[in-house]
Amino acid sequence: MGMMQGRIPRILLTIFFIGLIAVPVVLKRYYRPGTAGKAVLDAQSAIDRYGFHLEEVAKTCGIDFTHQAPHLDQKLDHIMPQVASMGAAVSVVDFDRDGWYDLYVTNSGEGSHNCLYRNLGNGQFKDVAPEMGIADMNRAETGVTMGAVWGDYDNDGYEDLFINKWGRPELFHNDGGRGFTRVTDKAGLPAWLNANTAIWFDYDRDGLLDLFVGGYYAENVDLWHLSTTKIMPESFEYAQNGGRKYLFHNLGNGQFEEVAEQLGIVSRRWSLAAVAADLRGTGYPDLFIANDYGVSELFVNDGGKRFREVGKATGVGFAPKSGMSAAAGDVLNQGQFAIYVTNISEEGVLIQGNNLWVPNTGATADNIKYENLARDMGVELGGWSFGMQFGDLNNDGNLDLYVANGYVSADRGTSYWYDYSKIAGGNSSIISDAANWPPMGSRSLSGYQQKRLWINDGAGHFTDVAQVVGASDTYDGRSVALVDLWNRGVLDVVVANQKGPLLIYKNTVSPANQWIDFELEGTASNRDAIGAQVRLFWNGQQQVQEVLGGSGFCAENQRRLHFGLGKTPHIEKAVIRWPSGKTQTIETLEAGKVLKLKEPQ
Amino acid sequence: MKSVASAPISQPASPVAEEKSARWRFRYDPRFTPPLLITCILLVGQITFGILESYSRTVLAIVTGIVLEMVLGRMFAKKWPHIASAYITGISVGILVRSPAFWPYALCSALSITSKYVIRVKRRHIFNPSNFGICVLLFLAPFAVAGLSIQWGNNVWPMAVIWMLGSVTIWRLKRFHICATYVASFLVFSLVRSLITGHTFWAEVAPLTGPMYQLYIFFMITDPKTTVSTRRGQIIVAFLVALAEMILRLNEFVYAPFYALFIVGPAALLFEMWWKSRQASTQELSAQQRGA
Repeated sequence: MGMMQGRIPRILLTIFFIGLIAVPVVLKRYYRPGTAGKAVLDAQSAIDRYGFHLEEVAKTCGIDFTHQAPHLDQKLDHIMPQVASMGAAVSVVDFDRDGWYDLYVTNSGEGSHNCLYRNLGNGQFKDVAPEMGIADMNRAETGVTMGAVWGDYDNDGYEDLFINKWGRPELFHNDGGRGFTRVTDKAGLPAWLNANTAIWFDYDRDGLLDLFVGGYYAENVDLWHLSTTKIMPESFEYAQNGGRKYLFHNLGNGQFEEVAEQLGIVSRRWSLAAVAADLRGTGYPDLFIANDYGVSELFVNDGGKRFREVGKATGVGFAPKSGMSAAAGDVLNQGQFAIYVTNISEEGVLIQGNNLWVPNTGATADNIKYENLARDMGVELGGWSFGMQFGDLNNDGNLDLYVANGYVSADRGTSYWYDYSKIAGGNSSIISDAANWPPMGSRSLSGYQQKRLWINDGAGHFTDVAQVVGASDTYDGRSVALVDLWNRGVLDVVVANQKGPLLIYKNTVSPANQWIDFELEGTASNRDAIGAQVRLFWNGQQQVQEVLGGSGFCAENQRRLHFGLGKTPHIEKAVIRWPSGKTQTIETLEAGKVLKLKEPQ
Repeated sequence: MKSVASAPISQPASPVAEEKSARWRFRYDPRFTPPLLITCILLVGQITFGILESYSRTVLAIVTGIVLEMVLGRMFAKKWPHIASAYITGISVGILVRSPAFWPYALCSALSITSKYVIRVKRRHIFNPSNFGICVLLFLAPFAVAGLSIQWGNNVWPMAVIWMLGSVTIWRLKRFHICATYVASFLVFSLVRSLITGHTFWAEVAPLTGPMYQLYIFFMITDPKTTVSTRRGQIIVAFLVALAEMILRLNEFVYAPFYALFIVGPAALLFEMWWKSRQASTQELSAQQRGA
């Protein structure tokens, strides 16, 4: 009898143990959060089921662009694929103000040209960069392009071009849409920096666009002429030996004054992305920076006079990851911006997960806290995620999320991950020296990854429909921009791929889902109205959007704000808060229109 | 216990009771040394770099481990077990498991503790508990779990302090020879790997400078319950673990040290058990022959 008493608990214990082992097996089999499946639907079925369908049309539009990577100092030859792994970028602009959005696409190979694809309005695009004087940007002597952002810094009505490089940054004045004049020297920009992020914003609301530039490699590193191989991050997750940050204050006379340190933006983390938006309702844009090899930083703006870093205090700067891009969006239609940051997730090696930082309900300027709801909302695991953007791709009234994944796609079936993890665990004296990094050869590193297109159900959950709606490429996606290229009231998706083609996913949306756009022009505020917020109220809900001067990874969306409205919308009002602080309410609004608004005097 | 509880607070205790109480208060239980050391590693890592995925996940791992140890210990060993072992398991899991989710922390701790009561040979558990739990998760849940392999910072001092503190502690516990053998073997095998792969020696040594190895060396390979009994045997096993790790590393297993211990540790124990029982049989036979 005693034996029986001992045996039954042991059997139960063994069953319990087997049950524990079965947990991950069961979870893997049955728990696939946020994925619609892999079956590719035909266009009509995708539209019927998800409200939209994407078709890649770049070549049929006359765009045949393939990005070239730079070839840096031969001391880096053994790890060249992963060092020269950025530079494919796209930014949206209507540079000639003809009412059709154009695309500026960057290249990075020495001698390669950047392209300005002018939208001819008939579905065709033509590269006009050479004749406009903004093509030949990539040379070993002056560095190569990493990204570009457009902003009308002199308020003359035409958007000017800032090019951030690993090398000499460049500023080009837009001469009425007929050409560009290089004004770098007059502007007073530094001779050399290694920057992967730049955004325009008017931090002090003086009506003149200022420029933030975030360094990646330290600015004293010339990647073509290395005096040392000790240029790598000193830690995989705690590195602070990257490039410095720059805040160029626009003096209004074509010159800029560098004020980052003076205003409190002091950091040497390895910045890859930044987004500036009024996150706290103060009227002033705050600055969120996503850093590789470390924590994100949130610099809150104290009245345009000073910035304070509050990453830890607000919750976004606690767990170090590999921040690649950042964007702000009102994902819950509650009138507050959440911030999405992409990171690295590689099965079996590194599961960082992307972050969706959602502010606490009723947050005020002084008590805002963020909670990472990426897992709860189904947008956590992307892959080696780079560029992304928020946008309502099916016009159902909720912001969706497009995420590009994939780092280095070389030989299929190979992986550099083992060697990467080996060196990444090393002490600073080992990891910071490129000479210690194992040779990469032709191996892939998180290559050939699928993209994520998470559609938002409006109830706090996203579902990945990338494969089923047509976003099925596996290039190494970098920069993503959303733009209505055909003026149809939908957002098309443009993706720049590293050493890959520029992709244009033309979007076809269910006509039942309606929309409204806002095109704003500042008068007292900066003319681009960067920093203006539109709060749209319809069907008993609201959504806030802000005009941004760059977001995601090395990308800039269309300036126009696009709101999907869903079926049978009843629009109550739109409240526009201009960067100057003026507020304007419009109550007579009609769906299916682009509302062009000029800031009231 | 009851009489003490019911005694007036102001009433002075008897001299004998006072002496006992003082002895109870100041007697140091050496079993607390490893938990103190691992807590020290945790604090240094967290304060200097923020090593943890989060406090809550680590607490979940620790609490799960301790609660399960209490329940299973009471049920199967008929006594309340000392919490030091479960605490170390929980804290190791809290540091070594990297996942944005919560469930892997609870599951890993539960697997680790339960394995001690289920996988037993001749009344001994044969797997290092946390190593077992982590290996199972890395095998079965790579979609949600990674191991700590890329953490630690840019400052050499926290690492040096932990190495020194750990070495002194392990020396006092008379198990330093295990750590020393393993580290020396790792360095030699790093050179061998470097010669084979053509990678720099420092690239091969790099993992040893991370915190994962500090936990691994001070707490996993030295675990008294899952190491062989003789000093010479322990040295041989530490060498074999490093050798197995080298083979796994040459085959590009990211978590080679965990898997090496998973394979070599139990095999060594089983071999020792077989050897001892063989020796016992031989001695018994000799005794019988002498008797005859």
